[in-house]
Amino acid sequence: MTTADLIGKIIQVVGGLAIFAAIVGLLFFFLDKAPKRGKDYWQLVVFLAPALILVFLGLIYPAIRTSLLAFTNNRGDFNGLDNFVWMFTQPAIINTLVNTVIWVLLVPTVSTVVGLAYAVFIDKSRGEKIYKALVFMPMAISMVGAGIIWKFVYDYRQSGTQQIGLLNQVVVWFGGEPVQWLQTSPINTFLLIVVMIWIQTGFAMVVLSAAIKAVPVEQLEAAEIDGTNPWQRFTNVTLPGIRGSLVVVLTTISIATLKVFDIVRTMTAGNFNTSVIANEMYTQAFRAAEPGRGSALALVLFILVLPIVIYNVRVMRKQREIR
Amino acid sequence: MSTTPIVPTTTDTATGNKLAKGADAEVGTKSRRVKRRLTSRTATVVSLIIAVLWTIPTFGLFVSSFRPAELIQSTGWWTIFQNPGFTFGNYSEVLLSASQSSPQLGSYFVNSLAIAIPGTIFPLILGAMAAYAFAWMKFRGSNGVFILIFALQIVPLQMALLPLLQMFTTFLRPLQNNLHDVLPMIPEQNYLPVWVAHTMFGLPLIIFLLHNFISEIPGEVIEAARVDGASPGQIFFRIVLPLALPAIASVAIFQFLWVWNDLLVALIFSGGTQDVAPLTQRLAELTGTRGQDWQRLTAAAFVSLIIPLIVFFSLQRYFVRGLLAGSTKG
Repeated sequence: MTTADLIGKIIQVVGGLAIFAAIVGLLFFFLDKAPKRGKDYWQLVVFLAPALILVFLGLIYPAIRTSLLAFTNNRGDFNGLDNFVWMFTQPAIINTLVNTVIWVLLVPTVSTVVGLAYAVFIDKSRGEKIYKALVFMPMAISMVGAGIIWKFVYDYRQSGTQQIGLLNQVVVWFGGEPVQWLQTSPINTFLLIVVMIWIQTGFAMVVLSAAIKAVPVEQLEAAEIDGTNPWQRFTNVTLPGIRGSLVVVLTTISIATLKVFDIVRTMTAGNFNTSVIANEMYTQAFRAAEPGRGSALALVLFILVLPIVIYNVRVMRKQREIR
Repeated sequence: MSTTPIVPTTTDTATGNKLAKGADAEVGTKSRRVKRRLTSRTATVVSLIIAVLWTIPTFGLFVSSFRPAELIQSTGWWTIFQNPGFTFGNYSEVLLSASQSSPQLGSYFVNSLAIAIPGTIFPLILGAMAAYAFAWMKFRGSNGVFILIFALQIVPLQMALLPLLQMFTTFLRPLQNNLHDVLPMIPEQNYLPVWVAHTMFGLPLIIFLLHNFISEIPGEVIEAARVDGASPGQIFFRIVLPLALPAIASVAIFQFLWVWNDLLVALIFSGGTQDVAPLTQRLAELTGTRGQDWQRLTAAAFVSLIIPLIVFFSLQRYFVRGLLAGSTKG
């Protein structure tokens, strides 16, 4: 990077921020000058229009276009359900769909179970904060960074030489032969899933830990006086008490998992039978020049997320009615 | 799960507080007894194992980033005491070296900042304005539009990428070219498309989160300012924004980290050159082309992790709040 480059970049950022400030300032300036009669109307326009226009142009209109593109071929002609027929007949794409199902079954359940167990075990223990920080930390870093961290764990060196990847070293310690983990299907898909679980467990743990602390102590005490053991108290008092949070955690992690892209892209780029829908969508639309097929995959992803969107909207509407 | 009780050596804070407040002492001892049963020895061991398992991968990469190349490539990082060696060379190489084959992360680091700062400020201001409108201005269809915005935050970005890229090529590309003609310092590939994309994609969540907070601001405060003759702009920037500051801090941190850690939007809208591409994109590229250069990858990974880790450890309270609220984002 030369100094000139750096100056160019600084000019861009400062200039960008200044232009943005000027636009917002102008909007409010004209609002002040607006005629008294329609003032409420103009006020609404100034506050709401910029965001709504951007959301419409950036999300709503493109989503509609993508839904239409899903029924066209790579020259833009309507081709009916061909893209979907292709999807469900190509072995490689069927593999992608199956992988996505495996991801979405394993990641939410394992993350939630481990996160819940951890939250219960460290509850009120000494150093709870540090325990929490250690497991929550992966949430802060990028999935690309997480991908590199784990690629190093899975690294392979020929048998007989020193291993530099921890997983193969453990295998060698137990007398096994080192494995090229990321190239070996189907184990590689599960090893990528481990990375996502590693990231999401912290999320589950923090939410569930807060929920556990909200379970009334009196109920636990009453159960204890009744002579229950800790396991019974957990299943009969704590679990029902945190049901709402469990649903939130499971649906949230499911959505994140359906959309997972960075991990697969960084670690295998979808090779060796590890691709998932989000990665295949990118490959088809932006690498293979097949916008129709890419859009069809995006549409499938959307349809998979849709039930969770509807569920969340219903929950929110109920909450708004209560208010 | 075993029930072997261990003797607690410290009082937990909840109990301690209750006692300090002079609350019923008996309740205190009872809850401590409940606690003692739950923190059995097995539980402690299991939680220790989980904590170690979760930390080791990052720790291994961190240790390795300070080891000389030939040691990283020939020995495991856990043998550091048998094969000692320490160097800052990996970091200086990935950050400062100008040679063509090195990662040259310096400029990508600048790019990440140059994308993430406006990529946070733009949607935050516009989102706060819209949130204020939804919370305090009555208009027809307000509820419906708000629910649509709420639903949009969960919709996968994949649904928007292709048409948006086409729109950018049609409308932003000529603008960028003109800008380059007028100001040659600014390359043809500039940050504009990435900023706009992150603003568009960030808005729904920001509006939703800030709305919840801004609608709780007492109406009398806003009314009083209006009676005093404050303009809508003054009310918004002088009263609403300062009152919503805690929420804005959480949302800002979430959006900043989201943009900093993003790969997908960058891949599609940045063009991938040193002029625009952020760290994540460079890292993904390096793992693809130089997947075995661990002396570079380890250090490069930590260069990209340092900002999120600083945010995580210094602003943990805001960070957790923002992250928990925003975890369904597209």
